[in-house]
Amino acid sequence: MRVQMTVNGEARVCDVKGSESLLFALRDYLNLTGSKGACEQGECGSCSVLLDGELVCSCLVMAADAEGSEVVTIEGLGGPELHPVQKALVDSGAVQCGFCTPGFVVAAAALLEENPAPTSDEMREALAGNICRCTGYGAILRGLEALVGGR
Amino acid sequence: MEVVHPADIDDAVGALAAHPEAVLLAGGTDLMVEVNFDQIRPETVVALRRLEDIQDVSRRRIGAGVTFRRLESGDHNALAQLARTIGSPQIRAAGTIGGNIGTASPAGDSLPFLAGLDAEIELHSTSGTRRLPWDEFFTGVKRTARRPDELITAAVLPEDLPDFQEFAKIGQRSAMVISIVAACVFRWRDGRTRVALGSVGPTPVRARRAEEMISQEADPGPAALEEFARLVSEEVSPITDHRGTSDYRRHASGVLARRLLERCLSS
Repeated sequence: MRVQMTVNGEARVCDVKGSESLLFALRDYLNLTGSKGACEQGECGSCSVLLDGELVCSCLVMAADAEGSEVVTIEGLGGPELHPVQKALVDSGAVQCGFCTPGFVVAAAALLEENPAPTSDEMREALAGNICRCTGYGAILRGLEALVGGR
Repeated sequence: MEVVHPADIDDAVGALAAHPEAVLLAGGTDLMVEVNFDQIRPETVVALRRLEDIQDVSRRRIGAGVTFRRLESGDHNALAQLARTIGSPQIRAAGTIGGNIGTASPAGDSLPFLAGLDAEIELHSTSGTRRLPWDEFFTGVKRTARRPDELITAAVLPEDLPDFQEFAKIGQRSAMVISIVAACVFRWRDGRTRVALGSVGPTPVRARRAEEMISQEADPGPAALEEFARLVSEEVSPITDHRGTSDYRRHASGVLARRLLERCLSS
């Protein structure tokens, strides 16, 4: 089944075999391996992408249902420069193993798009669907607080 | 595998009539977990995410395709409260109330809201439209009266909506939880009270004796509230599972219902 979508601003086509997820299609057909697969059940947020502007878990989107949709992945967030959220997390040392980082960056970028000046509580609530197995939440929140505070 | 993207309700029910084995895909938050774990391999999928006809929400009619993200703000306080407790932002952006209704999990958080308000579930098929009262629609654990050729199009609320409504649930943390107990309490200024609970039976439970008792109390005092909580605890029929014991759920049902009633009374 041919699926056409716009990924990070570019028209892309992939041949989907059956009911595989958008996450699988991004990683295995389009070679966009920034989005990570971990729980495959929407619990961990490491596969977070924007689908038609909404923050979703790409593991819970059927690739065939993304036909005609616009997808933004971690690879499409920044430009030649790092996205401000990426820079903030680098500056605060908010990475241990790094596996959850793309999901956190996409989720935090989606939050700031909607609410440029979130409180700490709002940040915590917005990131509730992202799990860091290294428990590095403190540095992530400090990075985002510094970003929001410095604006 | 074939995926149908219906343009309208007629198109969708036509596809269901032609493919009674078809699987309905809305937000994917339940279905894709089964797909990812290879528990099902759908042959035909009717994809509803972009079906415009089921996206409208008004005071008395909630389109099946409306996501919990959209329901986080709206006319109904308890509905907004429950929407905000579902999953994470990612789950709420995808998951729909129609999916919650169709999946009919005992822990479906919108179910106590619909049960407490005596909502009807609207179903479309090529043979017409019917509306089923919630207690005829939900028939068991993940079982409903929906026929394979029918599409859930909306939840329809009654004309006489309550003056006060509150929802709360108990889970292991404040995000990404599946309810151990969920409760909705509705109160009218004339005293009429409804209480519905989730995760304490195969389908949503109405604590009708508690309702009857507290509806007689214009200004319930401590003894009446205590009796209300006791009756609620008596009327639920929870099981013990990995999320909680039957005893805990029974106790928590009374505590939650009383707390929500107190919120209704003080607002």
